[in-house]
Order: sequence, then structure tokens, then C-alpha cells
Amino acid sequence: MKVAHKVVLHFPPAVVEQPVIYILSRDYNLAFNILKATISQQEEGIIVLELSGEDKDFKRASKYLKKQGIRLQPLLQDIRKNEDKCVHCGLCIAVCPTDALLAERPSMKVNFNADHCVVCGECVPTCPVRAMELHF
Amino acid sequence: MAKTLEEINQKIKSGKVVVVTAEEMVDIVAEKGAKRAAREIDVVTTGTFGAMCSSGLMMNLGHSRPRIKLGGGQVRLNRVPAYAGLAAADIYLGATALPDEDPRNALFPGEFSYGGGHVIQDLVSGKRVLLEASAYGTNCYPRQDLSTWITLKEINEAYLFNPRNGYQNYNVAVNRSPSTLYTYMGTLQPKIGCANYSSAGQLSPLLNDPHYRTIGIGTRVFLGGGIGYVVWQGTQHSPAAKRSKHGVPLFGAGTLAVIGDLKQMFPKWLRGASFRGYGTTLMLGFGIPIPMLNEDIAATTGLSDKDLKAPVVDYSEAYPQRRPDFIRHVTYAQLKSGHITVEGKKVPTTPLSSYSLAREVAETLKQWIKKKKFQLTSPTAPIPGADSGMAMGPMPYHPPVEKRRARRKPRKTARKRS
Ligand code: SF4
Ligand code: SF4
Repeated sequence: MKVAHKVVLHFPPAVVEQPVIYILSRDYNLAFNILKATISQQEEGIIVLELSGEDKDFKRASKYLKKQGIRLQPLLQDIRKNEDKCVHCGLCIAVCPTDALLAERPSMKVNFNADHCVVCGECVPTCPVRAMELHF
Repeated sequence: MAKTLEEINQKIKSGKVVVVTAEEMVDIVAEKGAKRAAREIDVVTTGTFGAMCSSGLMMNLGHSRPRIKLGGGQVRLNRVPAYAGLAAADIYLGATALPDEDPRNALFPGEFSYGGGHVIQDLVSGKRVLLEASAYGTNCYPRQDLSTWITLKEINEAYLFNPRNGYQNYNVAVNRSPSTLYTYMGTLQPKIGCANYSSAGQLSPLLNDPHYRTIGIGTRVFLGGGIGYVVWQGTQHSPAAKRSKHGVPLFGAGTLAVIGDLKQMFPKWLRGASFRGYGTTLMLGFGIPIPMLNEDIAATTGLSDKDLKAPVVDYSEAYPQRRPDFIRHVTYAQLKSGHITVEGKKVPTTPLSSYSLAREVAETLKQWIKKKKFQLTSPTAPIPGADSGMAMGPMPYHPPVEKRRARRKPRKTARKRS
């Protein structure tokens, strides 16, 4: 059975150097389409990509990734910031693995940049006033 | 030349008062010096907006027909329990109270979607809130059950009574452990992956009056978008904390107990908040105007984020184990730059309290004073200062006798910790 999954891969700093995506394609016959790639504040590598291929290959590939210490997270839908609710406390900044949430200086207002968001969902339960909303 | 408070209030009345925010005062003092600033400026406004757990709402709900004695009974507001150990119709709802049904941290980290802080926000937003009560019934208060909708408008009284607000300085939280921590200082990334601080620094009320020269019992303040008053020093008031060469505490020090009528407050300034893995609380806007009575007072309001320091504390060990050690001091200027250095590592910082809303509090107070809507007060009595020697102590620990014996004779087979 053919499948296509949008996923987020989180690479610990030690494996950032390895040609993981190449291996996924060579050894697991998965076609890939990279949507976003970035290095987080914690120096974790993050790649958002679409993987397509046979279901069993995808499952084998998931195991391989896990073994490498790479966290595989399914891409959720869409994250939006409700500006009416946001109090610009910045709590979300600490959990955002990319630069999607940053405090603007000198205003100290917290800006959401959807282009950098990998929809990991971390900010949603972290925001104390639930201003970060997940839309399906 | 010293000014009196009466002179300043006279200037407010005549529309001639010169008011600036504590942020603006930094440049003024740097440029003109404290002496000239004290002469030219009459009032400096401060502000802060952040989570203040020791906040709560005192209410009198009026009497039902037939009467019910809530005192000694059980009361819930939108399922959140309120304290009912007072007279028949008086209750107190704390910001951190949770419904019995809330799973808390059973599934860690818990979400804590709704608690006391949220009920307060709903009330001030004009929403109706479900009151459920049960009581034992007496001759004079026969009713035993009650279930009704209430609104802020309809109940007799509703005033915030916050036993501790406006902490004078606070820790910067980091996490040395290898796993993520969920704390009242927010989510802390492992291996010192982030540093979370919470004071507004140069805008913070008590950092602008470090010796409590103008702030005391009776001081009129901005509270939740309305007017409130300082009623006492706050709980854990520790003015004897170590201070910098400017006389400003280097650790959490002074605190204030404040009061204010909820009926004149605004939802913008009171937000129920959920801290992942920790609990609910209330985020609150709070600010105090400081009269420029003399040069010394002007000088401390002129201190900038560069002059104010906070201790970096490890929340994986030192804080939970109540150890006094801290890693280092950093300035608020460093914190606000977005990065600090901790143990040789460049660490991103997270503010927790909203500096942009703190600025708005100070700005709002400034406008109120300019528009003659707000007069300054001199304290009826001071709150204890640095020379009082007053410092927060630990919890007294005197375990009951049985337990003490049990501790002396340890079990032979060690119990495995799961
Ligand atoms: S945590 Fe929520 S309220 Fe705070 S800045 Fe982020 S989105 Fe805004
Ligand atoms: S979902 Fe939230 S935390 Fe995750 S990348 Fe997007 S903005 Fe950052």
C-alpha cells in the first residue's frame, strides 16, 4: 500500500551531520519533498518533509530513524496566533523549536512568523491564555 | 528642593503636573541628573503585567430565599471550589483553585484549562457563572442546596484581595537537568536550554521605590484597569534581602498586599492563565505612581535595566530542594537583549511577564494623572523596610511524634521507589 506522510524530523545535534534523508531514499525507497529545514535554538536540526512510498517501507524507515535518535512527529495542521488573546508574555518562545515565535525589540511584543512554524504544537498547551490555536 | 505630596496633587488638579513613565525617567535622569529631574518631574509611573498566584476575589453573594449558610458549607463557581469558612454569604475564590474533576498532573504535564483565575476573568467580562452550594441547614438558614447563575453586576460585593502581588525582583529560572521541566516559571528546556525571567525590571513598581519611601499602607494604585490600594506588606515580604550598591534588592524581596473593587476593573487586565504542568493562576496588570518628593527618589526611579540584577536559579535542584544557591547574577538589560550567558553557554531568554503590557499600565496611569482622574496618596503607615531585619523564613518542621520514631528506626527492607 502506498502512503504519503507529512512529518517533522527532529535531529539531536550529534546526528545533524549524517545523510539521513539520502539513506531514507536509497535504503527505504521513500520519495521525499523537503518543505522546511532549520536549526533550533537548542541546536537541534529540524526538517519538515513529505515522505511517500510503500507503507511497510515507511514503517521500517520510522524504526531506523528512532534508532538514530531522530524524533519523528506527524505534521499537524495549522497554527495561528489569536492576537486578541495574546498578552505578549513570551512563554511560548521557550518551547518553540524554531524562530517562529520571537520577541520584537524594543517593543517586546511577541511575533508569530508562520513561515518558520513546523506545527509541532508545543506552544498550544504552553500559552497560558491559549492564544496559540490549532486549526484543522 | 523637596516637594510635598500636597503640592504634587495641587499640580494634578491644575493640570500642570509633569508625569513620565519609569522607562522615560531613565533617560531623563541620565541626561539631567537626579537633582534636576526631581525638580522638573512630579510623578513617575510604574507598571507590571504577569502571573500573580496569590490573588483572589472576595465576594458577598447576597442572601437567597430561603436563606442558606454558605459558611461551613461547600461552594463552587463554574465547578471551581471557593473558600466558605466565613459568614453566611461571604466567599473567597483563589486564582489557583481547581475543579475536583480536573485531572491535574495525572497525565503529566497537566493542562489546567480552567481554575479560579478563569472564573475571575469570566466575572469581570460580564459572563454569568454557575454557583452551586451545599450547606448543613440551621434554624435561621434552613436551605441546604443551591444552584443559580450569578453575574458580577448582581452580587453585592466583589473585590480582589491579593495577599501578595508585585514582587520586588525575582529569580531567573534555568534547568540544569537532562529533561524538560514544567514550572510556574514556564516550561524550562533541559541542559539550560532557556532562561525564564519574570520581573518588568526598570518598570516594576517596587524596583522603582526600593526602600518603600513612597509606597506603603494606603497607597492608591492601578489594579486590573481600576483603582486599588496597598493594604499591607505582602506575604513573604523580605526587605532584608541583600541589596546592590544602589540599594536595590538582588533577590526576591518586598511584596505588597493589595485590594481593589472588581466591578470597576477590565478584562484586558485580568486574565485567567494555565501553566502547563503547574496549575492555574491570574495574570494581572498592576502599577504604582511614585511622587518625586526629592532627589533620592528621583535617582532610584532613574535606574535602568543595566543597574538592576536578578539571580539565575536552577529549578531542577536548587529551587525544589529549597537550597539557597544560585548560579550568577545577570542584569535586566542582558535578559531583555534575548540572550544571557550561563555556565559558558549562550542561553535564549523568555520574559514570562509582559513588558509591552507593563508599559501600557505605566502609560495608562500617566494619562489618568494628566487627565486629573487620579490623585496620589501618602501612606497611612509604612511597610517594613530593609532595616526591619524582616526576612522570609522556611516552614517550621515539627513532624508528629509517631513519624519521628519511624524515622529513627528505618525499615530493614528498603522500599523500592517506583
Ligand atoms: S505564550 Fe501565548 S500569550 Fe504569551 S506571548 Fe506566546 S502566544 Fe502570546
Ligand atoms: S507549533 Fe508553535 S512551538 Fe511549534 S514551531 Fe509552530 S509556533 Fe513554534
